[in-house]
Amino acid sequence: MKNNDTSRRDFLAAALLAGVAAGCSSNNPFAPGDNAIKASGEMVKLLSVDGEVIEVDKAFLKPIPDMPTVTNSEERIGIAGKKFVMVIDLARCKNVGACKAACNHAHHLNPGQNWIKIHAMEEAEHTAPYWEPTTCMHCDEPPCVKVCPVDATFKREDGIVLIDSNRCIGCRFCMAACPYSTRVFNWNEPVLEKEIAEKPYSCETSMPQKIGTVSKCDFCPDMARKGELPHCVSACPNGVFFFGDMNEDSVTNGAETFRFSELVKDKAGYRLMEDLGTKPRVYYLPPVNRNFPFESGLEKDTTEKK
Amino acid sequence: MKNLTPLTADIITNNLVPQRFGKRGMIWTGVLVAFCVVGAYAYFLQLKNGLGVTAMRDYVSWGIYISNFVFFVAISLVGSLITAVFRLANVKWSTPLTRIAEIIAVSAIVFASLIIVVDMGRPERLFNLFIYGRLQSPIMWDVIVITTYLFISLLLLFFPLLPDLKILIKRKELSVKSLGKFYSFLGSFWKGTRLQEKLNKRAVNILCVTIIPVAFCIHTVTSWLFATTYRPGWDSTNFGAYFISGAFLVGAGAVVVAMYIFRKAYTLERYITELHFDKMGRIVVLLALLYLYFNVNEYLIPAFKMKNSEEAHLTDLFAGTFAPLFWFAIFTGMLVPIFILLFKRGRRPLPAFIAGILVVVGAWFKRYLIVTPTLLHPFLPMTDVPENFKHYFPTWQEWAIALGSLAGALLIITFFARIFPIIPIQETINEQHETVAK
Repeated sequence: MKNNDTSRRDFLAAALLAGVAAGCSSNNPFAPGDNAIKASGEMVKLLSVDGEVIEVDKAFLKPIPDMPTVTNSEERIGIAGKKFVMVIDLARCKNVGACKAACNHAHHLNPGQNWIKIHAMEEAEHTAPYWEPTTCMHCDEPPCVKVCPVDATFKREDGIVLIDSNRCIGCRFCMAACPYSTRVFNWNEPVLEKEIAEKPYSCETSMPQKIGTVSKCDFCPDMARKGELPHCVSACPNGVFFFGDMNEDSVTNGAETFRFSELVKDKAGYRLMEDLGTKPRVYYLPPVNRNFPFESGLEKDTTEKK
Repeated sequence: MKNLTPLTADIITNNLVPQRFGKRGMIWTGVLVAFCVVGAYAYFLQLKNGLGVTAMRDYVSWGIYISNFVFFVAISLVGSLITAVFRLANVKWSTPLTRIAEIIAVSAIVFASLIIVVDMGRPERLFNLFIYGRLQSPIMWDVIVITTYLFISLLLLFFPLLPDLKILIKRKELSVKSLGKFYSFLGSFWKGTRLQEKLNKRAVNILCVTIIPVAFCIHTVTSWLFATTYRPGWDSTNFGAYFISGAFLVGAGAVVVAMYIFRKAYTLERYITELHFDKMGRIVVLLALLYLYFNVNEYLIPAFKMKNSEEAHLTDLFAGTFAPLFWFAIFTGMLVPIFILLFKRGRRPLPAFIAGILVVVGAWFKRYLIVTPTLLHPFLPMTDVPENFKHYFPTWQEWAIALGSLAGALLIITFFARIFPIIPIQETINEQHETVAK
């Protein structure tokens, strides 16, 4: 419990200091070691924990590499006031696979595991083929959450579906329940760098992966807390993925930002397997007026042929 | 009827008290223990290295462990059929079969619980079910009803055993010393007074009434583990009834097999008679027809429509990679046994025994066909996975564990028959008196 308390306090402080200089907020902001640093003379105004505006020399500011982890109960509630949503523009996808590679790298997935899959789709004979990247749909009626016997996979107030790998018993009912086949299982002990493996597990980073438990795309809520986009969104060279907040009614792929409602209305957005009633939070824009021919992505195709 | 000496209480007792294992019994037990040891070693490897030792992967995330679990739950339903349904319907001829059915039920449900733990990725977190259990999850329903069924079955095995325990305690010369102590521990409170008998009878009646809905629950809920998902082949409103009819069939088949083996091994020809095989044969035919009816509903109605999502799954079963196994299961599990047992000559002990084996073997593969082919036909095509994720054939560890669990269930039955009379002594004596009195 003590650990949790400190990390929570750190978190609050860091939030107040805009994530720049947590060390400067206490009564004695300069640790002994800091004496070596020479003042630059340039002052920065900061808000202290007590609500006072203080001035600190810029040279004494230290960057924090990562936001401190939030507690498990905060992870289960989600980020206040947000309703995350994703839009995937199929007209822009040519199966480059950068999204997948960035996701796998960022989450230290083992070979054979992919949270993002890029399917070569063709609805019927004589209809146009297209590339369809799938992530977790973060359904509003998630079939996986419905069947979980221990509340290890849960739906948050900000719309994200996450997994608590410290609680998962590995029954794999959620994998059978998910119609989008989005879930991945750690059949073997994950091969991880020591530094990653020794970190405490966080539902928001989904790391480190644990043997005998389920994992999947998490919409990168750790990035959202930092105000950054999910790895797939920023990695895609063609701007296929748009990520945003339904409450703000805006989605962005980094380069372009749209009103979510207008984008989906104008481009006739739809969701996968609407008839199942799962109410996904991932919207697709149909592959019309495409940027690339379908054939340009065939080289990397791994889709099972019927 | 053959001209035999009339069955007196003494003769009945002498015939039915548990006997030591003969040479065959020793070999049989030894083989079963060997299977269990290999299975335990395979499970040790799985615990050490993770579920990666199995052939299950992200698409086929449930394999023969789960189909074996369904098989065990199915076969355990026979306890309620023979014991409860027949007892309540006042069917007298089933008396010698009740304990056989009940021990099959208990051992099967015990191994159903074990095999589901074997399938878990993190078995050491089993207690999470009690700390964080969500009642909304069908798995919790299964945990609850299977535990209930296990306890009711144990009581239904134990209560009718009490009068026999009294006989066993009295006849010390029949048993080894340690067994005598065990009998006393279990049943020394039973004096056979009128009040006790009245209470016992009432208790058994109450248990018989309660076990029927619980039995329906265990297998219906097990079918819902599949039917509550969207997948083609599982997304069916027919599933509960389909599973229950199949369960009664495989249970009845197993009882026929057990009847034959006990009759041969313990020379019980005067207790398990040809009449029993005849009656059980008829019951198996009825249940097989019933199961066939649900199979028609389950496969032919979706096949008539051939919805896009169902098509790949159904054609794979009817004419694709699973076709040999599918038709094998349909023929050995239903059609051939029906054909054998429809004839009076087919209901003699040996042919009925063979039909029973066919039913049980067919049923095991049928469960496999319910679980795995569906998982190989997901809604979205299988993409971005290694080649071996797109097929499933169990590894030796999975086979060893599955066979070990089957051997373990048989071992429980075997040891039970060594320790307790497999045919109720007191009830047989009572019924003998009644028939003589008539």
